[in-house]
Amino acid sequence: MAILDKHAILEKNVTLLAIFAFLVVTVGGIVQIAPLFWLENTIEDVEGMRPYSPLELAGRDIYLREGCYVCHSQMIRPMRDEVERYGHYSLAAESKYDHPFQWGSKRTGPDLARVGGRYSDDWHVDHLRDPQSVVPESVMPKYGFLENRMIEPEHIEDLLKAHRLVGVPYSDEMIENAKADFSVQIDPDGDTEGLLARYPKAQVRNFDGQPGISEADALIAYLQMLGTLVDFSTFTPDASR
Amino acid sequence: MAKQPNKKNQEVETTGHQWDGIEEYNNPLPRWWLWTFYACIVWGIWYVIAYPAWPLVQSATAGYKGWSTRANVAVELAEAEAANAAINAKLETVELTAIAGDPELQGYATSAGNAVFKTWCAQCHGSGAAGAKGYPNLLDNDWLWGGTIEDIHTTIAHGIRNQEDPDARYSQMPAFGEILEPAQIDQVANYVMSMSGEPQDASLVAEGQTVFAENCAACHGEAGAGDIYQGAPNLADAIWLYGGSFDTIKETVTYSRFGVMPPMGGADLSEAEIRAVAIYVHQLGGGE
Repeated sequence: MAILDKHAILEKNVTLLAIFAFLVVTVGGIVQIAPLFWLENTIEDVEGMRPYSPLELAGRDIYLREGCYVCHSQMIRPMRDEVERYGHYSLAAESKYDHPFQWGSKRTGPDLARVGGRYSDDWHVDHLRDPQSVVPESVMPKYGFLENRMIEPEHIEDLLKAHRLVGVPYSDEMIENAKADFSVQIDPDGDTEGLLARYPKAQVRNFDGQPGISEADALIAYLQMLGTLVDFSTFTPDASR
Repeated sequence: MAKQPNKKNQEVETTGHQWDGIEEYNNPLPRWWLWTFYACIVWGIWYVIAYPAWPLVQSATAGYKGWSTRANVAVELAEAEAANAAINAKLETVELTAIAGDPELQGYATSAGNAVFKTWCAQCHGSGAAGAKGYPNLLDNDWLWGGTIEDIHTTIAHGIRNQEDPDARYSQMPAFGEILEPAQIDQVANYVMSMSGEPQDASLVAEGQTVFAENCAACHGEAGAGDIYQGAPNLADAIWLYGGSFDTIKETVTYSRFGVMPPMGGADLSEAEIRAVAIYVHQLGGGE
């Protein structure tokens, strides 16, 4: 075939080869990636999802920093065994404010997509301090130092802005109040009206039971929120998704 | 090396390329390989038609088989539920105390309860139900809120010290650090240790007894036997939830404790599952 005979031209010219290789890869990219920008059924609208509160977002950063995702997934697959153990299978919408998402790829520990509300704050404190004290068979390392590391919300506005930059709908009001919202979430006696209006279902407690805002407070606030935002009593799954 | 003849014992063609005098034979592919290859192509075309495959502008092609992960898991869950529906209905309606008299129901509830326990309870109470510091041992006869099947059922369904559930078990010991003098706390801690015969400073026991009678006996009883209606622990049985050393008891008296158990009723577990796990816990050894 005549066109195949011209193959030698490509093989002998590195620039041309690069250009044509790029074009071939582009075809694959267009087929796989481009439809995701238009497909209406990739992310369904569900009630209850909201951007993370400043304290939860800080806790999420600690979750990333400590590499929790290396052993814990946040993705309940639609299979009977997983649904019976962890709860309703995860929806794409539940990770839509995650940058990057925390689906994970390996479960040395259990899935955490719906860990919120499952254990008491005290349990989380005990468990972070010494996982084997409550789960003797656990291989999780100890994270007691988180309790002793206090955090200040000095960069919290920037953190919210960075997330807004990649598409999380943080409003100007949320960013303005980020510092106050960060601090008030561990103070049940504080003025939490604004926090709860901006972040419905935010849990306000002194999570680690100690004065001040420690990294453990932020991490437990994040964990106790996981999977609790979507109200599944009002959710009807669309089988075509 | 001499040219290798092909199967038909003919001269093998080359591909026509030549690099530094090296030529490449153009032997035909093995038949079995070729047919497997064609079969894969046919299978691939069928797969794309049968299953969800091509992402289009609004949605992906659905495939003629109508396959859906979500529908499949719903069917699977419904099947499992239907298979147990009859016995679950019976479990939910029969008197809790009557379950033990029905070997079939008791057997089912124990196995089902075991599975529920491993999923929902083991993280705090231990996979063998022996508890941990701050999380009660469920194997022994010592019950904070009562060990009858009804008591256990109520505790599991409504939890302990929850604001959200008005029926939750609720009690709160005052932090006596704000009420008593440090010396009095030392005295009462020694008295509490004397109740269960733990080694203690005998010189403080008599004064500790007075402090106990004035401050602690209302809930824990004169003899420290506790009160399951208020969730006040028995202090005389040498079974400790947080530890029985002097330091730990002093800490408990000074700051009090506030152990929380989440309610399992509502969204988490069905009534049949709650009853099953109550039966399981009840038969572990300590059930009354």
